[in-house]
Amino acid sequence: MKILTGNDLKTGAVIWWTGVGWSLDVNESADVGEHGAALVAREEGAQHVVAAYVVDGGKTAEGIRPAHIKERIRALGPTVRLDLTPKASDPAAADWVI
Amino acid sequence: MYKYDEYDQQMVDTRVAEFRDQVRRRLAGDLTEDQFKPLRLQNGLYLQLHAYMLRVAVPYGTLNSAQMTLLGDIADKYDRGYGHFTTRQNIQYNWIKLEDTPDILAELAKVEMHAIQTSGNCIRNISSDQYAGAAADEIVDPRPYAELLRQWSSFHPEFLVLPRKFKIAVIASETDRAAMRLHDIGIKMVKNDAGEIGARFYAGGGMGRTPMIAPLIREFVPLDQLITFSEACLRVYNRYGRRDNKYKARIKILVHELGRDEYVRQVEEEFAHLLTQPIEPPLAELERIKAHFVDPGFDANASDDLDLTDPDFRLWVERNTHAHKQAGYVIATVSLKPVGGIPGDATADQIRLMAKLAKDYSFDELRVTHAQNIVFPHVRKADLYTVWQALDEAGLSTANLDTVGDIIACPGLDYCSLANARSIPVAQKISERFGSAQRQAEIGELKLKISGCINACGHHHAGHIGILGVDKKGLENYQLLFGGSEGADTSLAKIIGPGFTEDGVVDAIEKATEVYLANKQGEERFLDTYRRIGMDPFKEAIYG
Repeated sequence: MKILTGNDLKTGAVIWWTGVGWSLDVNESADVGEHGAALVAREEGAQHVVAAYVVDGGKTAEGIRPAHIKERIRALGPTVRLDLTPKASDPAAADWVI
Repeated sequence: MYKYDEYDQQMVDTRVAEFRDQVRRRLAGDLTEDQFKPLRLQNGLYLQLHAYMLRVAVPYGTLNSAQMTLLGDIADKYDRGYGHFTTRQNIQYNWIKLEDTPDILAELAKVEMHAIQTSGNCIRNISSDQYAGAAADEIVDPRPYAELLRQWSSFHPEFLVLPRKFKIAVIASETDRAAMRLHDIGIKMVKNDAGEIGARFYAGGGMGRTPMIAPLIREFVPLDQLITFSEACLRVYNRYGRRDNKYKARIKILVHELGRDEYVRQVEEEFAHLLTQPIEPPLAELERIKAHFVDPGFDANASDDLDLTDPDFRLWVERNTHAHKQAGYVIATVSLKPVGGIPGDATADQIRLMAKLAKDYSFDELRVTHAQNIVFPHVRKADLYTVWQALDEAGLSTANLDTVGDIIACPGLDYCSLANARSIPVAQKISERFGSAQRQAEIGELKLKISGCINACGHHHAGHIGILGVDKKGLENYQLLFGGSEGADTSLAKIIGPGFTEDGVVDAIEKATEVYLANKQGEERFLDTYRRIGMDPFKEAIYG
């Protein structure tokens, strides 16, 4: 699948395109198929997102998994500060990015 | 330390107001990201993996306690309770909101700080020896010259759009503690045969994808020509540095391609031309600046006695303190490298505590080191145990300066959008593997530096052992390098062979230390033994 991601203009937070809006949760990502470039142009023009781009990903039993480690770290947060990530209570959360 | 005059303050305040308006227009949709990006970068605001990152300049690494306190307060108020001290003696915040940035910059301006020229193709923060003004081995305090260069390079209209970023370091000791020759321009303050102070210039050094050691450009530049000669060096670079290829745009490539002699010829020609134009500030300006850097009121009767009966304190004194020029005082380094910790990170509370200790016990001064530690430059020996106890309670008493545990590491792929691999987890694993004080003492001085990409923010080229993280078909892979040094014996590390996994590189380093200990002669450091026996015994042990 093709996933559209970027950073929130105001906060800089990593966000994922859900098909109707933006989410902080990679698991809510929509498959943008071949529409990525058009969505990037439209959404950046709307001034809600910056540095938007399309990445490869796939659906797994654990949820949506971006193909590249860099995007998985963006999805999780810093692996060395899990307390600052949505999975603060899971000490093995960093294993997901590897 | 230097205090802003009305011009300094007005420049910074004006820039804050200007950026506030730019942020307002960006949030209102009046500026596109393409229009806004160069504006935010000129104010130190990057967009990194997880959020905006703000890099705040700490000129030549010198801070007072009010500034340090504010750095802690910003971490609490606008970030997530911590800051990251960098290899350029700056501090970075990793979780900044765009809309908060003007307020942060306004608060910084109140304590004479800013984030100007911490990004972009301009002259960046001038770095220096963290022991400046305190070290027994310096011929003069290098900071007034660094400050003069800071003022010259701030908003210099000719050098705001250079071919590439430009980094200058100034030192004044035989011992180079600032990686001086790995800068675009390295300046060493020296005395000539007549006993006059002047500047020895090196140019064309740097790390990154093409590491170079800066060659000597001029043996002695008189103080009343310091800015003129700097201007000549920059002008030749600005004129001929490559703008067509980002990867060949640094001055090191120009000096290398022209050849050192031709670069020098052109600089001298430009210098002669510039001497006909009165661009040099009067020496009175240098004297005005120097007046800000006079020695604090040392107690001439301070005792040299130190009670070392507490073994943990003794270890810390032996490892983390340095001789001071004034009897009865020491320079104390606070390691930001606890076992298993994140190199360079400090919590808001820790930052404020260090500020308070500096106010109470170090004449209100702190330094940030390029090795990502903090220095109290002037601590009375009689106060040292009290300082250490306070640090110990706050988890800041790790006694590992310049050992295998004192690792320089860039933020790597955990934070940085340019990185190819994570640096911090590798540093943490090495730190834990070599965590015992006994082990570190046995190995002695071993400077280990980790970068998460070829840009080398973690100085891996200059590590006795360097580690470079790369992306190998989507997997993190770590190349190992040996033999680098950033000191007076500057050398560039060489890759020893095929790369490793994260765990593999930790094992390889352990094998390397075993080879060192088996071959060490006398007081040799790891680097000395490596230089004497060469790479082969290490490769044999590591690759079998």
